[in-house]
Amino acid sequence: MREHDGTALGHLRICDFTGQLAGAGATKFLAAFGAQVIRIEDPTNEGRWDILRGGQPFKDERRGINLGGSFNNHNVEKLGITLNLRKERGKELLHELIKISDVVSENFAAGVFERLGLSYPELQTLKDDIIYVSNCGFGHSGPYVNYKTWGPIVQAVSGLTFSSGLPGQPSAGWGYSYMDHTGAYYMAMAILMALHHRTVTGDGQWVDMSCTEAGASLNGPALLDYTINGRPLRREGSPNSNRSQFPAMAPHGIYKTEGEDNWIAIASRNEDDWAAICEVAGTTWANDPRFATLAARVENEDDLDQRITDWTRHQERFELAAKLQAANVPATAVQRPGERVDHDSDTEAWGLWPTVHQTEMGDVRVDGMPVHLSKTDWHVENGAPCLGEHNEYVFGDLLGISESELVSLREEGVL
Amino acid sequence: MTALADLCVIELANDRSAFAGKLLADMGADVILVEPPEGDATRTYEPFLEDEPGAERSLYFWHYNTSKRGITLDLETDAGRDALRRLVATADVFLESEEPGRLDTLGIDALTLRAGHPELISISMAPFMRGGPREHEQATDLTLLAGGGPAWSSGYDDHSLPPVRGGGNQGYQTGCHYAVMTALVALVSRDLTGAGQHIDVDMHAAQNVTTEAGSYSWLVAEQTVERQTGRHAGVTPSPPSQVLCSDGRYVNTGVPARRGRDYSTVLEWLRELDLLDQFPVVALLEIGAEQDRIDLSNIATDPVVREMFMAARNAITLIASSISAQDFFDGAQQRGFQVGIIYSPEEVMEDRHFKARGFPTEVDHPDLGRSFTYPGAPYLFHGSPWEIQRRAPLLSEHTDAVLEESGFTSDEVAQLKAQGVV
Repeated sequence: MREHDGTALGHLRICDFTGQLAGAGATKFLAAFGAQVIRIEDPTNEGRWDILRGGQPFKDERRGINLGGSFNNHNVEKLGITLNLRKERGKELLHELIKISDVVSENFAAGVFERLGLSYPELQTLKDDIIYVSNCGFGHSGPYVNYKTWGPIVQAVSGLTFSSGLPGQPSAGWGYSYMDHTGAYYMAMAILMALHHRTVTGDGQWVDMSCTEAGASLNGPALLDYTINGRPLRREGSPNSNRSQFPAMAPHGIYKTEGEDNWIAIASRNEDDWAAICEVAGTTWANDPRFATLAARVENEDDLDQRITDWTRHQERFELAAKLQAANVPATAVQRPGERVDHDSDTEAWGLWPTVHQTEMGDVRVDGMPVHLSKTDWHVENGAPCLGEHNEYVFGDLLGISESELVSLREEGVL
Repeated sequence: MTALADLCVIELANDRSAFAGKLLADMGADVILVEPPEGDATRTYEPFLEDEPGAERSLYFWHYNTSKRGITLDLETDAGRDALRRLVATADVFLESEEPGRLDTLGIDALTLRAGHPELISISMAPFMRGGPREHEQATDLTLLAGGGPAWSSGYDDHSLPPVRGGGNQGYQTGCHYAVMTALVALVSRDLTGAGQHIDVDMHAAQNVTTEAGSYSWLVAEQTVERQTGRHAGVTPSPPSQVLCSDGRYVNTGVPARRGRDYSTVLEWLRELDLLDQFPVVALLEIGAEQDRIDLSNIATDPVVREMFMAARNAITLIASSISAQDFFDGAQQRGFQVGIIYSPEEVMEDRHFKARGFPTEVDHPDLGRSFTYPGAPYLFHGSPWEIQRRAPLLSEHTDAVLEESGFTSDEVAQLKAQGVV
């Protein structure tokens, strides 16, 4: 166990093979709370680095393998080492590192880790209470075990792409890898629960995470409506995910406002909200029997939405949202990235966008954490590691390799 | 043994935080759901068993409250608040998402409850920062996703159509994921030091950091992503990825061919399906098959690379539109292409892979004399399995048992009942 340093997870060491976001997001969260996350990468390009490592966006248009903006975002506060696992000495050094780690994490395709000789039984021979969490698209068993995924594929197969869309259109899906973020959240939970279980029982374990299963578990009420009531989401006029099915609400949608590609979201939770909306709009909709009750509004929702749009299209979205909020109605401008990052009093007061220092990029802002703890809060100040940036510390200080051996390991292409 | 078997959680019923309680309960925690005597509002949420409303018939309530025990307490009364304090005094975790200020007014806010109980991990989930400038703004799942970034990135190439909120309560659930991850951080820390602490979750902030390039393209380069049908919002447009198959369902054609052998595979597949004569540029695929690798990083500047790329993409599109979605999904994956079938949620429950791994889960409802199929485990723990311990609680089902375990005498319980507190 590492010496306790006052952070929440400073006593823990994670031998980390994760990449991209679905894996890297998990260990980023743990690193922000002090866990020592040691990210292992191949020293040569043949080993195929994390695809994000040199990818966009770029700060000041500077490009390079240590300059990827998303890689930096997902790997703050981690240590980075290089290790060639095609060489025997590389494997030996990995084994030494696993022996002093609490957790081994990876999000390779199923089978890759076994082929490296790192199945759970083999990991246990190195450290009997090791925790191993794997995260891949379809898990390590079942008919699709060899099928490959990335975020959009996970979302497609798990039902999340389909459940995002408008009638008469193909699926809109998620305009980003929602399940890379969320897969990482489940991976972080799995690691932490396995750690607690180890504290209570003394036992490590393997957690086999399938990102599509995590995704499929996120459509609960719609799934029960099918398994219990026999009502599929794939039916005429469905889905319309800007409307509210569970629970029923109307009006409930994203409506056009003044200006190019400007929108407002409005939700009427109950009759008070509906009366307030009518008052802010200065209309007599409330007296129209077609809109007098929730059931009537749901029945006539296309017509209702048309009237709302005829009103909102001439309104400025932030002003209108403020007027509705003043009447206690849930409403918000659909915010552009620059608006919610630089002009949102909530994210600013929270300190949501901390600046980290990355060795080659310099100072860059990253996604912070949407939580604050009263005693052991998160803290990020170091950006993602450059390739092999922490070789001296990890191999020298942690594993006790002499300086002269480090030199020869480099020459032999082990590091 | 389950991973959280030693954990007792007191959860104040609220639609924003219900999923957090479920995640803990399905991993073995004893989660005690505290509802007002008339029941939590989510018991009135659609859908209902056989479409008939009723306090014990909401499938929404059923889903979000599996594995929990349920009690009622009227927190507007002194006796109700005293009872809550006594319950929390022996609990490990207190989870709430009440309207900002309500619990402070009642004198049972998390900080007060922690006063005599430093081991407690208390969690307050709020739409916006507690005590912050937007604290009193109203929010729903829709407005969280619309204001926090996800909706800006999701929708269609046609921007006369509105941005789209993804379905299924993902805004609330994202807040709940962070609540649970952080509760577990606090638990692992407490395992070492013995000290509990308070956790604030800002649900608006949670959406903001769950947008991938939406946020970091701005943070790093002040670039704004634009939404595109069924694919990542981007600073620059990308080609379509969803194809309508012969059976009327869609697939996502995923990662394009880039290796020579991918081109050979596509050619061979076209031949098997007798589609070669429908494909105008077979020669480009043949050239591709002779290369080792197509360097897509040159796609913007090298017209040959672009033609090669488009040829492979068009060939895959032709194949997908000529066969069923399932045949395309299996056929392409078995040939090494990362593609996906766009399942509706219910189709996942019928899929052979998800069945083989035990995803559809039977839950017994003894009061109805039936069992129903629920979505299953988000992760397979080999040493401490995920498990739905029991169906969601009936209203006040465990009030007597929970109060007695907490040291209330039967006289005290009877008095609380007589006063209408439980």
